Amino acid sequence: MDPAYFFQQLVNGLTLGSLFALIAVGYTVVYGIIQLINFAHGEIFMVGAFGALGTWIILGRAEITAWWMLPVMLVGAVGVSVLTALLMERFAYRPLRRAPRLAPLITAIGISVFLQEFVRLFYGPIPNGLQRLVFGDDIPFEFPDAKAAPRFPSIEGVSGGSFVIGGVTLQYAAIFTVVALVLCWIGLYFFVNRTRVGRAMQATAQDPDTARLMGIDVDRIIMVAFAVGAALAAVAGIAHGLQYTNIEFRMGFLAGLKAFTAAVLGGIGNINGAVVGGLVLGLVEVMATAFIPGTFGGSAWKDVWAFALLILVLVFRPQGLLGARVVDRA
Amino acid sequence: MLEVRDLVVSYGRVRAVKRISFAVEQGQVVSLLGTNGAGKTTTLRTVSGLHTPDSGEIWFDGERIDRLPAHKIVQRGLAHSPEGRRIFPRLTVVDNLMLGAFARRDRGAGADLARVYELFPILHERRNQPAGTFSGGEQQMLAIGRALMSRPRMLMLDEPSMGLSPLMMKRIMSTIAELKAEGVTILLVEQNASAALALADHGYVLEVGSIAFDDTGAKLLSDDRVRRTYLGED
Repeated sequence: MDPAYFFQQLVNGLTLGSLFALIAVGYTVVYGIIQLINFAHGEIFMVGAFGALGTWIILGRAEITAWWMLPVMLVGAVGVSVLTALLMERFAYRPLRRAPRLAPLITAIGISVFLQEFVRLFYGPIPNGLQRLVFGDDIPFEFPDAKAAPRFPSIEGVSGGSFVIGGVTLQYAAIFTVVALVLCWIGLYFFVNRTRVGRAMQATAQDPDTARLMGIDVDRIIMVAFAVGAALAAVAGIAHGLQYTNIEFRMGFLAGLKAFTAAVLGGIGNINGAVVGGLVLGLVEVMATAFIPGTFGGSAWKDVWAFALLILVLVFRPQGLLGARVVDRA
Repeated sequence: MLEVRDLVVSYGRVRAVKRISFAVEQGQVVSLLGTNGAGKTTTLRTVSGLHTPDSGEIWFDGERIDRLPAHKIVQRGLAHSPEGRRIFPRLTVVDNLMLGAFARRDRGAGADLARVYELFPILHERRNQPAGTFSGGEQQMLAIGRALMSRPRMLMLDEPSMGLSPLMMKRIMSTIAELKAEGVTILLVEQNASAALALADHGYVLEVGSIAFDDTGAKLLSDDRVRRTYLGED
């Protein structure tokens, strides 16, 4: 076997895995605090990508491609994703806090569909229509139609660029994704373990009633959990846009399911588990596509292998690779 | 300091506390006695805001607190060390203790940390260990220390001697006596009635959600009904 081919697949797998990992953290953090599988989290990732595009249209006048647009878009994407997640928590999940488990789960699926349809129907027509009311036909910010899978802004030095070492192609967008994951992971580690709010989050995850007795406002901690997950999903949204050049309103669905798989794979509730699970899932998917020969090989089967892995983990190691939260109350 | 008036609390359809009233004066140790299911823990959890009462009033320091969320009640100086200790098992001792100071706005937590370590030297020795690795007695010290970290004006202790060895129980009881001597107001729920009443200025006896009778600690210790039911004497 050509070693360069193998290493290329390794790089591709880690890149895809980094994307899964960034989204998976959001599932695991929210689950760790309120034991809710937030199936609408994939849509937070999608909304982030559209938020980045919108920021570019408004602040970049749909033409600036200099590198500094990237942090500007990042702020816009994080803002839109976090706002969406907080509204979702406040108006859809909080009223159901004491309802049977099934109620918020079904609500999550409902919100997922709602957000997809919202973006599909509103993204182009509504902002453009509102501007036409004010400016007439010559509108300053023309939003593309979300139905047509709009192009993501291409950023100089990141989009499309690449270099080759030893026969392995490294795309700048892929490097961006992996570096973003590493930075987010480090940042999250410090946040959770070294800050007051982070420790309050851990306390709430371990025992919410006792956390309240400490003076921790559990509602606030739940909001922080949603916001942290949304911020990382927004970063993933940009990474996705840079890598795949087009974004669409359905992109959150499958990515969300894969990231959920990654979170379960690593042990849901465990942040490091979500990262490891994401990377493993990305590698398995890419390697299976590259190396399984014959009928079952090729990219048509990649989703089958990803979810086959989920089923195997659920059967043989339901607590996940790194182990999940355990009931260890004395 | 704390006054509970006509408190009624239910879990779903089960009425756990039926119109109870009691008071704790500043500097007193007051004990709630009663068998399992008498409503002692429910009463404490309602006072600290974990349950909302059906009716009745709870006053702390001249302020009505029965509609406040739990985290705002701690901020007012009422700490609660819950039944079963409920330490955070995967956090270290020092992190557990510092979470006890979460509600404080001042910068004096360091001094209280030193005081808790003085009270329980073992906590200082093991400050960087995860609390889940501790024995029951050590966890109980941690739970009391954690409650003290909020520098409470009043402390509620739920079954601090539960599951402890006789030696460890003595330590915990003498610590409570020390706290009393320092002037901390304490509401104590305890299975070990003789130890609790020896410390208590006043005691209330709960039976199936109601207060059956109450008296000073010394009088209850010699009361026939108490001796038969709670001290296991004929």
